[in-house]
Amino acid sequence: MPWLARQVVRLVVVLLCVTLLTFFIVNILPGDVAIVILGTLATPEDIAGLRADLGLDRPMLVRYVDWLGSALSGDLGRSYRSGEPVAQAILDRLPVSLQLMVMAQIIALGISIPVALLSVRKPGGLFDRLSASAAFGFLAMPNFMLGIVLIYLFSVTFDLLPATGFTPMSEGLWDNFESMILPSLTLGLIEWTVLMRVLRSDLLTTLKEDFILLARAKGLPPWRVLLQHALRPSSFTLITILGLNIGGLIGGAVIVEQIFALPGVGRLLLGGIFNRDLILVQGTVSFIAVGFVVINFLVDMLYAVLDPRVRHVRFRS
Amino acid sequence: MSASAAKTVVIAATRPRRRWHWALALPLGWIMLVVFLAITADWIGLPDPSAQELILRRQPPSAEYLLGTDNLGRDMLSRVIYGARTSLIVGICAPFFGFLIGGAIGMSAGYFRGKVDLLAVGFIDILLAFPSLVLALTFTAYLGQSLFNVTLALGILSIPAAARVSRANTLAWANRDFVLAARTIGASNWRIVTREILPNLLPPMFAFWLVAISVIIVAEGALSFLGLGIPAPQPSWGGMIADGREALDVAPHTALIPAAVMFATVLSLNFLGDMVRNMVDPRRSAL
Repeated sequence: MPWLARQVVRLVVVLLCVTLLTFFIVNILPGDVAIVILGTLATPEDIAGLRADLGLDRPMLVRYVDWLGSALSGDLGRSYRSGEPVAQAILDRLPVSLQLMVMAQIIALGISIPVALLSVRKPGGLFDRLSASAAFGFLAMPNFMLGIVLIYLFSVTFDLLPATGFTPMSEGLWDNFESMILPSLTLGLIEWTVLMRVLRSDLLTTLKEDFILLARAKGLPPWRVLLQHALRPSSFTLITILGLNIGGLIGGAVIVEQIFALPGVGRLLLGGIFNRDLILVQGTVSFIAVGFVVINFLVDMLYAVLDPRVRHVRFRS
Repeated sequence: MSASAAKTVVIAATRPRRRWHWALALPLGWIMLVVFLAITADWIGLPDPSAQELILRRQPPSAEYLLGTDNLGRDMLSRVIYGARTSLIVGICAPFFGFLIGGAIGMSAGYFRGKVDLLAVGFIDILLAFPSLVLALTFTAYLGQSLFNVTLALGILSIPAAARVSRANTLAWANRDFVLAARTIGASNWRIVTREILPNLLPPMFAFWLVAISVIIVAEGALSFLGLGIPAPQPSWGGMIADGREALDVAPHTALIPAAVMFATVLSLNFLGDMVRNMVDPRRSAL
């Protein structure tokens, strides 16, 4: 089978397993949905009735196939609590989460690329050592801790930025931006460390190549050698890491949305968990897992497009 | 292998030996202090970490309350130390559980190859397909909140990483001559895996375990921060930071002290983990 087809088949299998596992976790683990909805005072008849209404008395695999069928047509069921369609609830909150993650990535790239470029100019030099120490320090900061520290610094002490709350884009671009700065900084200030380390080590490898020596021999200024010759071939691993880190970013987004009271998908999931809204939790977790798998798949593809060697290496293994 | 070993020797010979003793004293001392206090917490005359003194709430650090008191007037020093106990129990036990199961999966995959490998890698891929925090949240939400369940959920999360490390190392060792020799004299698979391969896996697994401890401590903190980790009166650093957030403007120490303690601990563990990894795997340190 050609490489691409194999990857697609693998993607589909993983997606099926992921949704099945979600279904399994949400449905098999203790905590009867019917009891949760009706409360502990409900009579056994009421519970049996509601279980039948919800279709909970059928075998799990049948329910999974059922759920998968509707999910494929875009129907993830309705929330027990609000009656709102789950798919709609997710779509409503998705833009906030996406904005958060994109801004965080921009911050992370905006710090890591210049820092990596500056530190490879003189490996082992003062800047290199300082930036490595800074990265080591930021890497040891849990995001919930950094978020609190940022609120303390920028909102409580200096009163520069709002501590919590979200302003939608429709109510002013600047207000929206202002309400997103601290949340995305919280994620970006941790993420840049990983990106910087990867890019730095790839840049060091690239700088040993002959074409760099040639560029230097031509008398190009060092910054042009770095920017125009070394950066691009050094960025392959960076792209992969960007994809792999999205998992951590999603987890981080759940926490950050909670700290800063942003109405995103992560907060929707947390609300669902606290309210024992199983249909909502199932829909949201499946959505997140599927999104994560698909993004990683796309990054893999992008990687293969950028660097043909990958296709052959993977094919051999 | 011999070629890369020779290369390592050359690199090691040309590089000056790193002086670890100064850089190491601080993180090692901190971790020893934290572990010591967490173990002896019951016997060093600390006040009850759950005892409330509402009149004395949000007191700044003083001679009587060395680290001040929190929103409910509970002694912060006592809570930080008992919180260390929580963090250490989860941080040490969860990866251990993950390593028992993940290690077994990884070793069978690397040793038997073929279908076993395919199945194991598939299983790992599925677990890795979930953002880990989301999976941990879902597990603890449905298992119920308790120290045991949080440890179990985070233990399950460390299975894939442990399986990967042990699989990769098993693959590398399974083709060595001494394994072949053992097989030639008729040793059973069980004996080869436990007596020939397992001892060689322990050093990299140990280095990885040190890193896993700090990752798991952070993950436990995140769960407790979100209110889905260790249940309420029991102190946990993540839970303390979450509590302190409400009083950030009037009593910032209630959030910043547990945050600083957590930061120092994670930083020290990362330091030690890096060092052990460099000792275990000289090729990495040479790069």
